[in-house]
Amino acid sequence: MANTENYIPTVEVVDPGPDRILGPGHDYETVTKRIAGVAYQPFKNSPKKWLVGAFISFVFVNIFMVAVSYLFLRGVGIWGINIPVAWGFAIINFVWWIGIGHAGTLISAILFLLKQDWRQSISRFSEAMTLFAVACAGMFPILHLGRPWLAYWLIPYPNSMWLWPQPRSPLEWDVFAVSTYATTSVVFWYVGLIPDLAAMRDAAPHLWQKRAYAILALGWRNSAIHWHRYQKAYLLLAGLATPLVLSVHTIVSFDFAIAQLPGWHTTIFPPYFVAGAVYSGFAMVLTLMIPLRRWYNMKDLVTLRHIDAASKLMLGVGLIVAYGYGMEAFFSWYSGDKYESFMYWNRITGPYGWSYAMLISCNIVIPQALWFERVRHNIVAVWLISIVINIGMWLERFVIVVTSLHRDFLPSSWGKYVGTQWDWATYAGTIGFFMLLIFLFVRTLPSISIFELREVVHHDKQLEPLVEETI
Amino acid sequence: MKDSVNHNSPFIPIESLLEPPRKRVTDLQELREKLASGNGPQFWRTLEEAAESEELHEYIEQEFPGLSGQIPQGVDRRSLLKVMGASLALAGAAACTKQPKELIVPYVRQPENIIPGMPLFYATAMPLHGYARGLLVESHLNRPTKVEGNPDHPASLGSTGIFEQGSILNLYDPDRSQTVLREGRISTYSEFTGLFSTAAQGITERKGEGLAILTGVTTSPTLISQMQALSTSNPAVKWYVHEPSVNPAMASAARKIAGKNAFVSYDLSKADVIVSLDADFLTNGPASVVYSKQFSARRAVEGGNKRNRYYAIECTQTVGGSIADHRFPVKSSQIAVVAYQLAKALGVNAPDAPGAAAPSWLNAVVQDLQGAKGRSVVIPGEFQPESVHLAAHAINAALGNIGQTVILYEGVEPEGTHSTEELVSDLNNGHVETLIILGPNPVYSAASTLNFKDAIRKARLVVRLGQMFDETSLFSHWHIPEAHYLETWSDSRAFDGTITIQQPLIEPLYGGKSAHEILSILIGKPDQTSHDAVKSYWQTQYKAADFQTFWQRSLHDGWVNVPKSGILNPSGSIALPVLPAADANAVEIVFRPDPTIGDGTWSNNGWLQELPKPQTKMTWDNVVLVSPKDAQAQHIAGADLVEVTVDGRTIKGPAWIAPGLPEGSFTITFGYGRSGSGRVGNEIGYNAYSIQNAAMPYVTTGTAKGTGVHYRIANTQETQTMAGRAPVRAADIAEFSEHPNFPTNEEEFKPLTQEENEYKPWPYTGYKWGMTIDLNVCTGCSACIIACQSENNIAVVGKDQVARGRHMHWIRVDRYYHGNLDNPEVYNQPIPCMHCEQAPCEVVCPVAATVHSNEGINEMVYNRCVGTRYCSNNCPYKVRRFNFYLFSDWNTQSLYGMRNPDVTVRSRGVMEKCSYCIQRIQENKIKTEKEGRTIRDGEVLTACQQVCPTNAITFGNLNDKKSKVAQLQALQRNYNLLDDLNTRPRTTYLGYVRNPNEALKG
Repeated sequence: MANTENYIPTVEVVDPGPDRILGPGHDYETVTKRIAGVAYQPFKNSPKKWLVGAFISFVFVNIFMVAVSYLFLRGVGIWGINIPVAWGFAIINFVWWIGIGHAGTLISAILFLLKQDWRQSISRFSEAMTLFAVACAGMFPILHLGRPWLAYWLIPYPNSMWLWPQPRSPLEWDVFAVSTYATTSVVFWYVGLIPDLAAMRDAAPHLWQKRAYAILALGWRNSAIHWHRYQKAYLLLAGLATPLVLSVHTIVSFDFAIAQLPGWHTTIFPPYFVAGAVYSGFAMVLTLMIPLRRWYNMKDLVTLRHIDAASKLMLGVGLIVAYGYGMEAFFSWYSGDKYESFMYWNRITGPYGWSYAMLISCNIVIPQALWFERVRHNIVAVWLISIVINIGMWLERFVIVVTSLHRDFLPSSWGKYVGTQWDWATYAGTIGFFMLLIFLFVRTLPSISIFELREVVHHDKQLEPLVEETI
Repeated sequence: MKDSVNHNSPFIPIESLLEPPRKRVTDLQELREKLASGNGPQFWRTLEEAAESEELHEYIEQEFPGLSGQIPQGVDRRSLLKVMGASLALAGAAACTKQPKELIVPYVRQPENIIPGMPLFYATAMPLHGYARGLLVESHLNRPTKVEGNPDHPASLGSTGIFEQGSILNLYDPDRSQTVLREGRISTYSEFTGLFSTAAQGITERKGEGLAILTGVTTSPTLISQMQALSTSNPAVKWYVHEPSVNPAMASAARKIAGKNAFVSYDLSKADVIVSLDADFLTNGPASVVYSKQFSARRAVEGGNKRNRYYAIECTQTVGGSIADHRFPVKSSQIAVVAYQLAKALGVNAPDAPGAAAPSWLNAVVQDLQGAKGRSVVIPGEFQPESVHLAAHAINAALGNIGQTVILYEGVEPEGTHSTEELVSDLNNGHVETLIILGPNPVYSAASTLNFKDAIRKARLVVRLGQMFDETSLFSHWHIPEAHYLETWSDSRAFDGTITIQQPLIEPLYGGKSAHEILSILIGKPDQTSHDAVKSYWQTQYKAADFQTFWQRSLHDGWVNVPKSGILNPSGSIALPVLPAADANAVEIVFRPDPTIGDGTWSNNGWLQELPKPQTKMTWDNVVLVSPKDAQAQHIAGADLVEVTVDGRTIKGPAWIAPGLPEGSFTITFGYGRSGSGRVGNEIGYNAYSIQNAAMPYVTTGTAKGTGVHYRIANTQETQTMAGRAPVRAADIAEFSEHPNFPTNEEEFKPLTQEENEYKPWPYTGYKWGMTIDLNVCTGCSACIIACQSENNIAVVGKDQVARGRHMHWIRVDRYYHGNLDNPEVYNQPIPCMHCEQAPCEVVCPVAATVHSNEGINEMVYNRCVGTRYCSNNCPYKVRRFNFYLFSDWNTQSLYGMRNPDVTVRSRGVMEKCSYCIQRIQENKIKTEKEGRTIRDGEVLTACQQVCPTNAITFGNLNDKKSKVAQLQALQRNYNLLDDLNTRPRTTYLGYVRNPNEALKG
């Protein structure tokens, strides 16, 4: 108990502004204490906001459990899907979550390879977010099956039926893409955690905490050989994860692009989906990080610099997404295909025109505000825009899935789609599940990479004399 | 569940032999006496089985009322549902929808002809509004499972309509009445016969005074002879007929024309020009299937046939009207005026028709008719008044069509019957003491002005024979369960007088009785069974020594080799009555039987409820048809509730904007708004009888106004137009002769060449199945949908699920409007699975649950399906159907017997679709392989093809160049639906060719 007081920040919390990734006055110890202290806190000392947030998330997890139980009991008929719109919320949510799950690996792997130092304080958190998002995403393809108890038939395994999955189906590719991505993300995240777990082990105030972190730290002793191997492994994993960032959403986009449905059958889909995924991933990172740094007083660890960089990245990726929309529209006209052009016209003016209008405003119009530095440096504005983009990206998947399906080739089979209360309950439930995992993660593991921030401290220390010299 | 063993099954669950019986017979002495007296069963396996005999059952009922239900003689619905519910819950605990374990034992002695897995077909007939439709009924182990038309029967020619197909579900309907009820309490048939025989003796002593028999229209020679016998002993007995969907004006007009009971029929095979005056001859009436065959044969445009031309002058769009070459919307009440104008123009001495001037198109029709003397026909509407029927006959006579295209048969309906109105007045005047209702349901279906409910209370004894405990049963002292036509012996006649002896295919499931048995009691033969009644009647008709041969032959063929009705040749002209003056602009309310539910008889039939009604594609509700102009004027939106008022009585129904309906005309249909129908048909729709006026039953003046209240409807087709696409391709006959390849003539529709297809075609060495649907003859009657549903165990999903877009039909009939909203062209297009050569569904299934067979069929493997529904998304024809819930009824045991054992009953979460009736292909492959040959063309018929009354569907082996389907696909009129997607469908279409009158163009 008494020990925890040691972890109350001793350094004044100051946001150093958009140029620095660490607040002033930090040394190795303060960084460790600050980050580890959040995890060491006894449960009853948790901030009120944490308790309330975790409780609400837990309620939603229960809603999710009810929705899924009812789903298994009755069948997918409880949802709004029908013929012709045989895919609905489950697929929309799957793609949405998978998209969100892109930021972590992108930040950790690609920005790591590109040596973007500002990534360090948000990489751990984004990786965790990625994992949880992928966990949410991974549930949907199974829940969405008519006979979910047979989901394992999609896995190639030797069986007495002598039957293998059908390799031409994009859904089969999904199985591999998503499971590979999930595995790699877990390993990447865990490997990155090991030095920090060891640090947590060493500084833990309670024996049981020490033991728990010791088991997780896998015997890390901070030796030079460990560090040598660690860095090699991390680099390799980063190299492995980088193509996966591109491949997962490319393959998810194939679910649509391979089909011959107007609105799905488009070559622009792979890059456009990847861009969309990164877009939504960054938006989600900001959506979560901004309140977190406020509640846990981490303004000196996650600084305006981070928010500014993420906003710029978001803006850039958002423009790629806008280009995707533009190309989709252009080709629906340029192709001269009557089904394609009808599809796009129907998307804009048909019964789901509202969703398209909202999509364009959420994903293209509103985020243009990020061009302005004043907006980027206004934390509340950035946070609101990030939420708008999250909604927009969900709508994008809604538009793609529903407006393409509901009016395809033969007018006689056209129909409509409305999500039911169970659709919403399942969706909201996964958000609750995701948030609960985030809350638990923040309370038990270092949500910011300790050792990497120490590197920053070290780096700054070496830089300082230089800076002074230049002045 | 041992007590639910079907004793017809060769497989008796072994538990029933091993387990101790649940209920023991305690009163052995009684049983012994029963058996000794000879009343008991002659052979029994156990005492319990002996106790199941009706005699002991009744004995116990008398001793301990209410107890007999517990004797294991079948299971009642409640306890069945209870047990099923519990076992389902337990099954659910172990795994989802797992089948219970069943041990089976084979027959010790194999009954003759019965080979498990090999169906037998029996010829019989279904009486529809009294007239026979000859059938061949498929029987699996003594369970009738599928109805087919009897090719040898003149009213079937191998096809049927929707009701024959749907009738099999009525047989197994779990809501059928299952017990004799005396004033609502369970009673027994022997108690009834006991009391009723005594009553009958009393009646006979009074020479039948006060005895009234109410039946539907009947043509049964046995029944008619029984009635004659009855009126011999009871001269005062009166016979009334209640048949709400048969217009008595038809019979009375025929009587006026022929001077006696007659039936006016048409030979459309000789008709070059057909004019209908509000007639729905392709789906309504005893000869509709025959007319469909003749009519469609004359629509052929290849092979040197002179294509017929069909003018439909009609109000409510009929099935026939939808494919007319010219359709003229005329208010139903104005049809008579048009008929008279037409008659006058053709030189018939007709009184002046009141009102409007002759329509502009009349002259062209007149000229066309005059150019086809003896080869034309004018068909009056079934629900039009006598004047229209007489005028039509006069026109036909003037054109020399009588004996050519119009044939008058001697009537087969009994003489001297009375109407429902007379019954009501007799009841109200106290002339009816005993009312025996054999079938009809007048409390529901009598016009509201008759107040039948009040009238029926005035009878001292009402006995009701009915399949359902319905509205009329509620007002009867005795309710006797009626045997379904597949459960009992009877006979009936076709429109041309051909007689069929109806043989049962199954013992009455619930001890149902037939009208013959009830009448036998009155005649003083209470023990006479239906079989005896029918056979003894025929023994009086066929007195030769080889009666047994005659009997066997008649049963086998499905028709009796005795002369048909004579053909009448009435001479002398008919004076046409003067038409009453009527306001041509008054709002009229048209009453029609519902297209799928009829007069309400079929309202508890889930198949027919869910069958999209041919013109509206509505399911599970009756609508108020509103013309586009009225809708616009009154701001009525589709599915808004409309208040229809006739003489101060009002119903409310959802509006359906019906293109082609004349302004000022609203059509409502019978059959809904029931309370005594059963769990399927109760409390849906409005009851049109409740505002019907008996004096003007089929069209009357009234008002209709929108309420602005939206009503949730379940329609299977939201978009009514082709949206600028060309799923149906049509041309006028002139264009056709110029471009016989009109469906693929335009650049946009040119078929893809082999070079444009990257892949080489698969070489099919054996069979290569294919189908062609001729849009030129498809009327959209929807018989194919019901036939497919019956053949393939397709589930009924209910209104809510249909409204959500989850109906399960493997073949659907799309209906598109084209052109003018007030009188559009209508196109029907049946869409089964296309069995694409390059099927988009196959490549996207992750578990290979839908695969291509080496005979070209796109197969669906239910067992393998995990339910991703990707195949449906990628199907451009959207023919795949998904089991969003456990749609198949696995709980209602009575439905088990109905199902086709050759087709899997699908479970929850799997996709399904048309299989080209692969079970039939397979059956024939096995058969022909044993015979060392290949399947001949026409040997395998798909269910939709077999039932099609217009022969629009052809199926066969494309590798056999002589096969009909290969020849049709070689026609230039052949085209592929969505050909530009390069799916290479095997189901192809033949373009639609109109034959318009040049004089009416522009």
